Amino acid sequence: MIAIADYGVGNIFSLQSSFKFIGADAYLTKDPDKLKEADKIILPGVGAFEDAAQKLKKSGLRDSILEETAKGKPLLGICLGMQMLFERSFEYGEHKGLGLIGGDICPIAPDVTAGLKIPHIGWNSLHFPEGKEKSKIYKYVNDGDCVYFVHSYYGKNCDEYISATTEYGGTLTASVENGNVYGTQFHPEKSGKVGLSIIKAFCELE
Amino acid sequence: MITKRIIPCLDVKNGRVVKGVNFEGLSDVSSPVELGRFYSENGADELVFYDITASYEQRALFTDILKQVASTIFIPLTVGGGINTIDDFDRVLKCGADKVSVNSGAIRNPNLIKEAALRYGDQCVVLSVDIKRVDGKFKVFAKGGRENTGIDAIEWIKQGEANGAGEIVVNSIDTDGVKKGFDIEMLKAVNSVVNVPVIASGGAGCIEDFITLFNEIPTIDAGLAASIFHFGEVSITDLKQELKNNNINVRL
Repeated sequence: MIAIADYGVGNIFSLQSSFKFIGADAYLTKDPDKLKEADKIILPGVGAFEDAAQKLKKSGLRDSILEETAKGKPLLGICLGMQMLFERSFEYGEHKGLGLIGGDICPIAPDVTAGLKIPHIGWNSLHFPEGKEKSKIYKYVNDGDCVYFVHSYYGKNCDEYISATTEYGGTLTASVENGNVYGTQFHPEKSGKVGLSIIKAFCELE
Repeated sequence: MITKRIIPCLDVKNGRVVKGVNFEGLSDVSSPVELGRFYSENGADELVFYDITASYEQRALFTDILKQVASTIFIPLTVGGGINTIDDFDRVLKCGADKVSVNSGAIRNPNLIKEAALRYGDQCVVLSVDIKRVDGKFKVFAKGGRENTGIDAIEWIKQGEANGAGEIVVNSIDTDGVKKGFDIEMLKAVNSVVNVPVIASGGAGCIEDFITLFNEIPTIDAGLAASIFHFGEVSITDLKQELKNNNINVRL
């Protein structure tokens, strides 16, 4: 069973549908205890970092996510959910994240070619870092496959945790991994067959 | 590298796709769910569903269909038509839309974009503008292109971006339906004043028109069309292959 953390942020209709579509058992929950019953946890999120981080804390889900991942339960953060896995975010000030991935969330604009459009919206290709074993969530994905991104901030100073990058006037972090903690900046639930295969591979993790 | 997006637009009325659709191999060509799935499996990068119904009952049917689409198609979905209030945003987002396109609703209520962007984020708000030349100037038209609002289109779009619109759809009334190519001049004028993605709409008649669009305006993000895809005059798979052959980066 997979629990999707529901803390009042973002659009989870498609995410829920994508699990249903691949035949995985997933449920939405606001209840920290229900989260503990799951084998795996999804942390979704769309919107602003500070607001989401506060809501996650208030919901009581923050603590149970930390407890459960410490026990080795697989966690997948998506988009803002991935950003919240980091230590800090510099989106409108400085905010504390879950600290499960070492690094910072920083604006894209100063780090890419000047004049590029922000947000980075659209389908962009994934590239796996050389000399690293391919992440298990990319079991069915090839280098160069496209996934759907929508973001203005990205994970930085996190080289050792990067499992894929994408090029947008510079190299941006597309996904991260630290043991049982996974995060994708892109939306697998909006990335067609490639995205569904990533969700499937996550469900298949042991 | 980021790819150029190809976006088919489906007009939905009474739960059916209108504007005659002509496809072999589809059992029900005017089912939004079937057609949406067909496009998503054949290279569409995103789908736009336009609700052209008027009544409350029909609107409920539309959201019902949207739910069915969003349960089976896993690419970005934009919904437009009849978006006048924050409640309208809420209604379609809950049914699986990723982005909401506002047009006349933003003209009637200039705060709508700001309110929606604050609540749902800029990435969620698409400003769609129908533009026509009047005495050589780009003017915003309302009511499906029938009424000249007198508003300067370039200023309107700049203001929309400042208020939080995360994408701009430029629909040229001058080239719409003519099938002689996108309105390059108008698109250049808009694209040069905004820093958010711009989607070209109106005028595509063949594959060459898309190649011209992306070659003439390398920073334009996407091309949108309806009938040429629905009638099978242009297949999205062929279109994207041709774009790639012309060194335009697309998702194949």
